[in-house]
Amino acid sequence: MKWRFESGIPIYLQILERLRTDIASGTYPPGAKLPPVRELALEAGVNPNTMQRAFAELERDGIVYTQRTSGRFVTGDETALRQLRRSLSEGVVDEMCSRLVRMGMKKDEIVTAVREWTSENPENKEGPGSCLKANE
Amino acid sequence: MAVLECIDLEKWYGNVKALNGVNLALEPGRIVGLVGPNGSGKTTLIKLAQHLLTPTHGQILIGGMEPGAETKEIVSYLPDRDFLPGWMNVESLLDFYSDFYPDFDAGRAGQMLDALQIDPHRVFKKLSKGTREKVQLIMTMSRRASVYLLDEPIAGVDPAARDYILRTIISNYSENGLVLLSTHLITDVEPVLDEVVFLKQGHVELHENADALRERTGMSVDGYFREVFRC
Repeated sequence: MKWRFESGIPIYLQILERLRTDIASGTYPPGAKLPPVRELALEAGVNPNTMQRAFAELERDGIVYTQRTSGRFVTGDETALRQLRRSLSEGVVDEMCSRLVRMGMKKDEIVTAVREWTSENPENKEGPGSCLKANE
Repeated sequence: MAVLECIDLEKWYGNVKALNGVNLALEPGRIVGLVGPNGSGKTTLIKLAQHLLTPTHGQILIGGMEPGAETKEIVSYLPDRDFLPGWMNVESLLDFYSDFYPDFDAGRAGQMLDALQIDPHRVFKKLSKGTREKVQLIMTMSRRASVYLLDEPIAGVDPAARDYILRTIISNYSENGLVLLSTHLITDVEPVLDEVVFLKQGHVELHENADALRERTGMSVDGYFREVFRC
């Protein structure tokens, strides 16, 4: 997928968001080896130091780890991944609900709307790491 | 330790102060954008670093040395105009550079010429302006230098080649190399920059990490530039 960056937001934060989403969604599955920083930097057309900074952040959160000689890997720790999905989905839910509130919807109307959506879209149609799963 | 350092650097042309007390320290391993309006002193600063000009006052140091023959060994410089012998074909330019610079990697240059589909048998001066710029940038980036001074490296090339060239810069500078590039096309180079230096009327108006600037101002470097230098 092509990388696009918004102006006015630090690039490492945008990269971080993208990598978190890719890990949460299983684009990079648990335990998978990640591409080298330089390679990803080239692909994204960004400075390798910026990419490195995003990786360092992921490492600090325990989502990826470095093995000295063989590279960087996605954690196999399901708890950390569940935590990641939860925090990502919180952001999405927050944004969605704020918009709905601005549109004039009441809280119970939002809950009803979400419930309707979940019954119309059965669980197995979703990929791993969807909001539904994260909030189970 | 800074690989390029300016200390109270001044350059006067007659009684015009092109640089008026520049203090700057640039670390290795970074890609730094040197930006500023026309006449703000970008090219003067780069020429001082390459010993094409000498300071009126103050100092400029490359790896702790004053610019001269020793620093040219570790600095790869791309001027803002044609500088290669026009009568040579591209292939002989590779030989020329190999003879001249021990750190020149002809294999790498060949690969890049290939990728941009530049025929090595063409004579340099008969190439289009954009292609000449590409060849010059390829020659410059194929040296394993400690410092790359790039004066307007992408101004004359088409957008597709611009992307390629920026990737070339990212993939070719070494981890302890410094890339200092001057440009007006900030939007195009923004994602590759570690730091930006704003020059304004011969002095450093701002020197900051690019992401820190975006975080602080909520603007792109380009957007902030337009605000600082609004006419």
